[in-house]
Amino acid sequence: MTATQDRPTAEIGKDRRRKEDQRLITGRTRWTDNITLPGMLHLAMVRSPFAHATITSVDLEAAKASPNVVTVLSGKDFGDELGVCINAWPITPDQKTPTHSPMPADRVAFAGEVVAVVVARSAAEARDAAELVDVDYDEQPAVIGIKKALEDTVLAHPELGTNKSALWVFDSAEAGTGSDVEAAIETARADGILIEREYRQQRLIPAFMEPRSVVVDPTGEQLTMWSATQIPHILRFALAATTGVPESKIRVIAPDVGGGFGGKLQTTPEEWIAWAVARRLGKPVKYTETRSESLMAAHHGRDQVQTLTLAADKDGNVTGFKVHLDADLGAYIAVVGGGVPVLGAFMFNAIYKFPSYRFECQTVLTNTTFTDAYRGAGRPEATYAIERIMDELAAEVGVDPLEIRERNWIKHEEFPFTTVAGLEYDTGNYEAATAKAKESFGYDALRAEQKERRDRGDRVQLGIGVSTFTEMCGLAPSRVLGSLDYGAGGWEHASVRMLATGKVEIVTGVSGHGQGHETAFSQIVADRLGVPFEDVEVLHGDTQIAHRGLDTYGSRSLVVGGEALVRAVDKVIDKAKHLAAHLLEASEEDLDYADGRFAVRGTDQGVAIQELATAAFAAHNYPEDMEPSIDAEATYDPVNFNYPHGTHLCAMEVDTETGAVKMRKYTCCDDIGTIINPLIVAGQVHGGLVQGIAQALWEEAVYDEAGTLVSGSFVDYLLPTSADTISFDVVHTDEPSICTTNTLGTKGVGEAGTIASTPAVVNAVVDAIRHLGIDDIQMPCTPERVWRAIQGSKAGGATETPPDAMPHFAEGALNQDEGAGQ
Amino acid sequence: MSKIELTVDGAAVSDDVEPRMLLVQYLREKLGKTGTVIGCDTSNCGACTVHLDGTSVKSCNVLAVQANGRTVTTIEGLAATAEGDLHPVQESFRECHGLQCGFCTPGMIMQAVDLLGENPNPTEEEVRLGMEGNLCRCTGYHNIVKSVLHAAEGAKS
Repeated sequence: MTATQDRPTAEIGKDRRRKEDQRLITGRTRWTDNITLPGMLHLAMVRSPFAHATITSVDLEAAKASPNVVTVLSGKDFGDELGVCINAWPITPDQKTPTHSPMPADRVAFAGEVVAVVVARSAAEARDAAELVDVDYDEQPAVIGIKKALEDTVLAHPELGTNKSALWVFDSAEAGTGSDVEAAIETARADGILIEREYRQQRLIPAFMEPRSVVVDPTGEQLTMWSATQIPHILRFALAATTGVPESKIRVIAPDVGGGFGGKLQTTPEEWIAWAVARRLGKPVKYTETRSESLMAAHHGRDQVQTLTLAADKDGNVTGFKVHLDADLGAYIAVVGGGVPVLGAFMFNAIYKFPSYRFECQTVLTNTTFTDAYRGAGRPEATYAIERIMDELAAEVGVDPLEIRERNWIKHEEFPFTTVAGLEYDTGNYEAATAKAKESFGYDALRAEQKERRDRGDRVQLGIGVSTFTEMCGLAPSRVLGSLDYGAGGWEHASVRMLATGKVEIVTGVSGHGQGHETAFSQIVADRLGVPFEDVEVLHGDTQIAHRGLDTYGSRSLVVGGEALVRAVDKVIDKAKHLAAHLLEASEEDLDYADGRFAVRGTDQGVAIQELATAAFAAHNYPEDMEPSIDAEATYDPVNFNYPHGTHLCAMEVDTETGAVKMRKYTCCDDIGTIINPLIVAGQVHGGLVQGIAQALWEEAVYDEAGTLVSGSFVDYLLPTSADTISFDVVHTDEPSICTTNTLGTKGVGEAGTIASTPAVVNAVVDAIRHLGIDDIQMPCTPERVWRAIQGSKAGGATETPPDAMPHFAEGALNQDEGAGQ
Repeated sequence: MSKIELTVDGAAVSDDVEPRMLLVQYLREKLGKTGTVIGCDTSNCGACTVHLDGTSVKSCNVLAVQANGRTVTTIEGLAATAEGDLHPVQESFRECHGLQCGFCTPGMIMQAVDLLGENPNPTEEEVRLGMEGNLCRCTGYHNIVKSVLHAAEGAKS
């Protein structure tokens, strides 16, 4: 119990409008591509059109002769100073990891890989000259797709001898967290229910709106890199570790960053190339990718085949769940790489009390763009698998999908609960979230309408999809990461600077890119320190200012970064109290702190925190046993993940004649503990929902057999628009399950919508046409796929198409109306 | 090179430009109007939306030379076209949390202003169709639609 916990919470819970909006709505922004430095040169990348080829020769002469070109460099023009792209999470000791040069000199392994860089005085001239670089390739057979990769007949990297990179296994019997899943499966096969399914997690592209951009300034004592990144601190570390520049000579700045969703959780070949070119030329350089380059060469997400076996007794009580994943890493193992599917390993059991569980993940290499984190990273895939298959179990048992979940979920009085995957869920209330969601959704009325339409044989059928999800977020306890062989910790750092004028600067190691950190953190500090919201300035995203940090991903900024901030603020108050006692000539025990002011109990004497900041600055009068400062910092290492959860309900209409699907209603009740700013939370949920819905209905990165990305522009990669989507019904439980492992009781929300929504939508589509004998539609559920499923089912459409639908096309008849053309 | 003279955010400007230069490149590179941004290369995303003679255009789909003799308003000059410190649509986006990362926002706001100019009292459906040419990855459009409807509501009162 700290002295600060009794303070009022005027700010926390308030729907404050965001501080960051003023600059964003007026165009006063500092995106990386907006930065122009004197003498700055521009880069254009020459990329391989082939998925797999050896480079036989590179002719740079014509490009070098192009107007205003400074130089053109290919892979063989660089030495060790180019560095290497890293994999920070080798998931097994024997993982096969291909060397990932930012610009290979000898062989390319995916279409879009950089083979040369043009440096020119303008971006347009650089791009013109890039067209003139003449690269001869000897095309090699390319392996595309997980199933082909597993055959090991064509190799993505011949020198590795196999496409299989690593096999990661968790088994509850071996771990001592549960019983043997094979025994459960045998029992179910003999006398119970066994459900076996294969689900496809298609490849997605994060598609942040701001294309990636990097500026490197090699002038001055420290080399500075501005990058459109989520991870300035990790980027700085990796540059130092791989390019021979001391970390202390590197400054990385993430200025305004236009979205990431995991897609900017990467250390990229383009950053390394820009770094090397700037160092070589001694001039500032800039590289900004085109959207087509972004879709082709920035990392992709998902891409798994999930082989699932669910064992249950006849009443639908699950006895075991066995999961085998095959996960496509692409051509190289990116920063998190195989760690993404492994993050899902702990979530396939979701909110349920499964007695036994086994998870295997085989990662494979292919000649495609490398994959890595995309919003949810491993947990959406896991949630999809379990929530889809629970619906299949409900259908098998013949009960409502919510009923089958309730039979298996952890009851609210059973928390804290240690799961079969070995995690301890601290709090949750699945009953309350489900009840609230059902009420807001109008579940019973929609079920009644569904029945009515089905009975009537309506052409447009209604389906209701359920997803009762949880996730592990707030990455992450450092010791847990260590036990999983991740290359870094999961702590976070914050500092509080009390300025002489009474204003407060807080410095955080998390690096926001649209989340609203400046607003939410100001609210936290305003409450805890008792200063006006407007007086708090949040600094982040610059390694010289926020010198320690582990950046933003995995719904960690509030729950880890926010806790570090709380602890730093508490230290400020402790220091200030000592100074206050000295100035007030009172005992510390007689001081109360409220609303930013220390008061001597029982008197009208007191001093404000701002006055103490000024006094510390002047330092004319302070205790002998303290330094003249009330600034403080804190580093917080989380003791556990946290486990937001919720019940999502989706109503979809399916036209059984055309296969068209239309969202009718979407309700979600998320329990995320304490809410700092409900406006920001709702925004996170809305955006997350649409990304998850988009996986269910629209998005897919498609390669042809040669390894060309055919969905390589916004014409072909189907991002949803305002016309494709609806307004959502977002509610929360009346009494949230407060997180017990951080002071504010918060849980992560950034990924929740995406994790939960995909299975809710697909469950709804399947539910609409299950009576036709359909139990799965592969994602994305395009009209064509839905239509084909209906056509392929035994029952056919809702009403059989009469053979004489178009009698005037009958043989011998006129194919036009009588009298037409007269 | 071609000489162009035009008015951008209320100021007369004059430059020699390559005939192939896009209006968005001209705004960003020659004038430093970096409030207008580039989000794609296929004119799908609408992040570069500005007003040309009062009508919204995707400035990646207009050559700089086509703007010769005309008037361009960008997000940076929008507030000057309205009373108060901000245009009501800017205010509305802040009020309704119609932005997160903010990268699509200049284009969204410029498109919304044009939409409301044509149809001051749109339904949700009309807003959704009218904003269809502008992509956002953060908000799921929920609060963007709300912002536009809120601005329409505000204009009535």
